[in-house]
Amino acid sequence: MMDRYTKLQMVGIYAAMAVFLIFILLPFFEMFMASLRPLEHLFRSPYQFWSDDFSFQAYSDMWETVPLLGRYIFNSVFIASAVTSITMLIVIPAAYAYARLDFPFKSASLAMFLGVNMFTGAVLLIPLYRVLSTLGMLNTYWAMIVPGVAFLIPTGIWLLRSYLEKIPVELEEAAYVDGASRMYTLRRVVLPLAVPGLIVVGTAIFIGAYAQQFLFAITFNQTREYQPLPAGLFEFIGYQSVTWNQMMAAALTGVLPVMVIFLFLQKYLVAGLTAGAVKE
Amino acid sequence: MTDATHQHQADPKIAPRSLSDGAFAWMLITPAIIFIVVIVAWPLVETVRLSFTDARLGGENYVGLANYQELAESRKFQQTISRTFFWMFLSVGIKLVLGLIGATLLNAAVPGKALFRVLVMPPWVIPIAIGMIGWLWLYNGAFGLLSGVMQYVGIVDKPFEFLAYKRSAFYSAIVADVWVGTPMVTLFLLAAMQGVSRDLYEAAWVDGAGRWYRFRRITIPQIMPVIVSMALLSAIWTFNSFEIIWILTEGGPRSATTTLIVDTYKTAIANFKFGEGAARAVVIVFLLATFSLIYLFFLNKVNKHYGVK
Repeated sequence: MMDRYTKLQMVGIYAAMAVFLIFILLPFFEMFMASLRPLEHLFRSPYQFWSDDFSFQAYSDMWETVPLLGRYIFNSVFIASAVTSITMLIVIPAAYAYARLDFPFKSASLAMFLGVNMFTGAVLLIPLYRVLSTLGMLNTYWAMIVPGVAFLIPTGIWLLRSYLEKIPVELEEAAYVDGASRMYTLRRVVLPLAVPGLIVVGTAIFIGAYAQQFLFAITFNQTREYQPLPAGLFEFIGYQSVTWNQMMAAALTGVLPVMVIFLFLQKYLVAGLTAGAVKE
Repeated sequence: MTDATHQHQADPKIAPRSLSDGAFAWMLITPAIIFIVVIVAWPLVETVRLSFTDARLGGENYVGLANYQELAESRKFQQTISRTFFWMFLSVGIKLVLGLIGATLLNAAVPGKALFRVLVMPPWVIPIAIGMIGWLWLYNGAFGLLSGVMQYVGIVDKPFEFLAYKRSAFYSAIVADVWVGTPMVTLFLLAAMQGVSRDLYEAAWVDGAGRWYRFRRITIPQIMPVIVSMALLSAIWTFNSFEIIWILTEGGPRSATTTLIVDTYKTAIANFKFGEGAARAVVIVFLLATFSLIYLFFLNKVNKHYGVK
């Protein structure tokens, strides 16, 4: 039939996939290999592809070299979770308004939200520093949570809005006819129906929140105990020597939480993330 | 859909609601507005104000357009602007081509594509800073895999430090940026391809159209609106791509990888010249806004051409 490939075409497809994957996975492979090498063999020249003394030693030593490592990983997950919860609380009502209601300045305010995508935190760091200082948030978890939320709100609204638009409006109308208030309808009729969409948007926001901590952390937070993993990793760069193998091991260990979440939810994530794109 | 709600509002059978659509909607979006105003809009206004001052750690004085004048006269800054656009066009171009290839592969009906789809995503899922640690090591001349393979194959006879030379550092950073950005582009283009009606392909197939012909004449035109909007998003992110360059090269060697965003960060945060940094930030916003507007104008035409509203 139409979808059948010749043997040659199959070989071509798999070969192209293989090349693509080598490019994507190469840094992970390199990090993993480096994490297995004893430190003295890491700096061996000329380059050796195989050492006979590969070991997982770095994965146990790293906790001693950087005693706060566990804390950093916890902080990353904690900050990302807090950002996700707060963002969802703010995005759900807003996305509903844009999906269902007609109101003054609707397109203007939506354009403003989408325009935020144009600025990264890096452009606004100086005044943002002053704002956070005024709010007394510097050197606390809030210093990383609050800007994190702000920069994820636009994406959240954009993704969830297209999801909510697909829920049939008749159900809400039925609820109104029965005398339900608007808030009640949103909570009890719309939200339960939107659960798959909420999972998708929540996961996307979690990934975004996990990924964007570095810049805010190094700029707004000096308290070591609150540092997330990407910033904490730089502690492996010590005064005397850099324990690269342990740094690689810690980096790989630190991305496990977000990778596990991604693996569980990737099927929904792919379908849901793309809902908006297909529509437009 | 909004029309439907309106009709019902006028419908006497339905219990009158205490709030008008407008008031209720504004109630719903207010928390989001507050966040954006405090964390994005206000700092943006503040940035514009600072750009007319010589703000440093000590204090600030109004200096008028002096910062902008300095930028306008600086040859170095002009080079930074053209370097940034070169960086953006090259990187986005590669991301789109790779994304299109990746999405086509993922869309092919072959066993194992689900696994492929999972394995393509990690660069997007993990924090950029962590991915860059992997690239730093890959690019290391003495101990990295790339230089090792190149010596083994005989392309170079001694360790090659990718990030030590102007040209190689720039293109190495591009490769890392492409690595970070490609998964997302692939994902969106894949979704667009899956949204194309099968009937179109079948009709073409019945008429004897080959695979390549169907790709060129059905797939590409059908997903063109998504390609075009993805290109804009990707362009904005690439233009503002900071962590990748900062971790790999800090903008060096000799400014070879200094894009506008890196220059702004260096000026404002590393050298504490807040006023001059703010002027650079304003230039970034102005350039991006202008670029986006021109682009959206173009997007509108493309959409009309392909019959999308």
